[in-house]
Amino acid sequence: MLKLIGVRRGLPHEVGLGLLTLLLLALVTIAFPRFLVIDNLKSLVDDTALLIMLAVGEMFVLLTRGVDLSVAANAALTGMVVALFNAHYPGAGILPVLVIAIVMGAALGLFNGLLVWKVRIPSIVVTLGTLSVYRGCVYLVSGGAWVNSGQMSPFFLSFVRFPILGISVLSWIGLLVAVLAWLFLRYTVSGRNLYAAGNNPNAAGYAGIDVGRMQCLAFVLSGAIAGLAGYLWVARFAVAYTDVASGFELQVIAACVIGGVSITGGVGGVVGVVIGGLFLGIIKNALPVVGISPFFQMAVSGFVITVAVILNAGSYRKNHGRKILERAEASS
Amino acid sequence: MSEPILSLAGVTKSFAGVRALVKGEIDLYPGEVTALIGENGAGKSTLVKILTGVHHADGGDIRFNGEPVHIGSADNAGRLGISAIHQEAVVFDDLSVAENIFVTDRPRKRGMVDWATMRERARVILAELDPRIDPRMPMRQLSVAQKHLVQIARALSNEARIVIMDEPTAALSHREVEELFTIVRRLKAEGRAILFISHKFEEIFDVADRFAVFRDGAAVGQGLIRDVSRDQLIAMMVGRSVDQIFPKTTVPIGEELFRVEGLSRGEEFADVSFGLKRGEILGVYGLVGAGRSEVMQAIFGLTRADHGEINLEGRRLTIKAPEDAIGAGIAYVPEDRQIQGGILRFPITSNIALPSLSHLSHKGFMRRSDERALAEDYVTQLQIKTSGVSQRLEELSGGNQQKVVIAKWLATNPRVLIMDEPTKGIDVGAKTAVYRLMGEMVAQGLGIIMVSSELPEVMGMADRILVMRRGRLRATFTRAEATPESIVKAATDA
Repeated sequence: MLKLIGVRRGLPHEVGLGLLTLLLLALVTIAFPRFLVIDNLKSLVDDTALLIMLAVGEMFVLLTRGVDLSVAANAALTGMVVALFNAHYPGAGILPVLVIAIVMGAALGLFNGLLVWKVRIPSIVVTLGTLSVYRGCVYLVSGGAWVNSGQMSPFFLSFVRFPILGISVLSWIGLLVAVLAWLFLRYTVSGRNLYAAGNNPNAAGYAGIDVGRMQCLAFVLSGAIAGLAGYLWVARFAVAYTDVASGFELQVIAACVIGGVSITGGVGGVVGVVIGGLFLGIIKNALPVVGISPFFQMAVSGFVITVAVILNAGSYRKNHGRKILERAEASS
Repeated sequence: MSEPILSLAGVTKSFAGVRALVKGEIDLYPGEVTALIGENGAGKSTLVKILTGVHHADGGDIRFNGEPVHIGSADNAGRLGISAIHQEAVVFDDLSVAENIFVTDRPRKRGMVDWATMRERARVILAELDPRIDPRMPMRQLSVAQKHLVQIARALSNEARIVIMDEPTAALSHREVEELFTIVRRLKAEGRAILFISHKFEEIFDVADRFAVFRDGAAVGQGLIRDVSRDQLIAMMVGRSVDQIFPKTTVPIGEELFRVEGLSRGEEFADVSFGLKRGEILGVYGLVGAGRSEVMQAIFGLTRADHGEINLEGRRLTIKAPEDAIGAGIAYVPEDRQIQGGILRFPITSNIALPSLSHLSHKGFMRRSDERALAEDYVTQLQIKTSGVSQRLEELSGGNQQKVVIAKWLATNPRVLIMDEPTKGIDVGAKTAVYRLMGEMVAQGLGIIMVSSELPEVMGMADRILVMRRGRLRATFTRAEATPESIVKAATDA
């Protein structure tokens, strides 16, 4: 399908994915014109902004040949901590909340990163562990209780909803994160080294790039973004509880892979991830509108994700000679 | 005579108790090419890794322009002006050519990577090396030779005073090697010191001014290339004379055992016909890409030939898959021991028993004792050095791994044994052991087809030599007729 609509040699694969996303949007809209009303689109963008932010963070880790399964748990824990902070210091203002969210998220990411870098545990094992640890900590700090909108200050709740040029601050932050990530990856030495370390760790060693350090940096960035997303999530849905964003890490990774990020490292970019996130967001928002039974929604969205990944990986291989998905038998 | 720019004395390095470098000694002079010669495992790569700062030396003295220095990191190596071009082209395939050149020192403007300057500077450097390379191209699209040129461009970009070339010609065609040497001579004329690592003596005598020979981690000789002969170098390298390396035994050659007639497959090879006699070692020589392995894979059923027939003992075989070939009595020891030949993480027992499982099983179940007995039998017969048959393959040395892979196929009782590069990447002692084993196997009436890219090996071991070039059989020599010149001519002439 991607091939039909214009992924040819030389054309960035983001173009094909973008066209596919537009096609999807068009199909849904033709069937259900209600889908394209402003309010629905705003909510779609707000939902997707969280997914895109987390996916951008995840991309850093994937680029260095790792994977971060703890992003959603990190967001849940950080979200709970800032909600409790807000409940105890309701007059503190937005700045301390943002600082706590980012610093704490980064610290949780650093913990992952140090285990990968210094203790040399594979990232999938590390984050499978910290996924449970961080989510367990949500229970510990909250005692299992919810923090409801009633306990949250007005500034805490309204900040994410405040419209600038008709678009919520939440969406603007998502955009800002994506733009900063793009600039970082394109124009800073650290950003470039992140690609180099993931593309060929062996060659990176010869070039004086510390691969472990780059992996650690990726985890810190992923964690910081997850922490920020944790606050935004809790504020947007006006509730903090143990199961916030439970299982969301899988959608985050799916957005990356659809967006052309190689799970074997060194390949991918912010633009693809943003479109991948939008693609997933549209599917998630469209299924209920189209009237698919909630019981089938997961199966259908899973099916569509799988097909998108296969098409994307196939066209990417054809165009760049690089495999996004290695065959299982070829690895190890 | 000028002073050496870099001088190593008594450098040592061990890995987990194994001494990789016992006495690393070498002097590099500005404006001269020093060839570093040694068998696999002689300590050449360890030396390179110390010079490029990938490994720290455990002890010894490294002097740069007479001053003691500590390299220790890739950054420090770069600061000293040491730049390396690696054998397997250590590059970033998905980054642009320009970024590959400047990866250690990307041009910056106000802290941000300055892509325009990077591309421009890359263009200037590449114009002298190969103007066809566009700095914006992804590295993946380049040929191996071009990837080497990009690594040379990297050395030029950071004004390297010492350029290390680790078997840069291993994967290059004759013409590409010539082009590379033109560049080497230019680097030399510019006063850079070059460390040139190669197995090929023609190249060494063509391009080098000095030599340094390593054996078993120690420097065993240094000097001027004009004062030394090829045989002297070989003797230093292996510590024994050439005849001892190839223990060719005379075995009576019997009647024809195996015949391939008119075998063709797509664009890989065409109209390949040859016979193999009982007790014969048939050498198949050719350059990389000549189609030798492809023919063998078709015979073994890994791929299917479009045309042609395969006969064993006068009977026509239908081979659709490797199990047909194994059943008929053909075994194939593949080129890549670590990936195709054996399962590194499995114990010796499982590796040896693997293709014989159907013989060994009783009603579908395995008896571990049978497996063990089989493995122990071969470990004794082939003198495999191991602490026991339950040791994992990855813990053995390269030579012993190869013996296990051979044992695995002998256990299937083959009549024809195909060996693809049987001594690739193993040291001289182990090579001799493999050759001796080949002699014993043909003495028992087997026929061996030995695919090899090493001319001395083909000439030393084969009774008859087939030469392939671009998918076709071009010449056949008997052992008596074969000369290095005639074989190479048949393999390379258009």
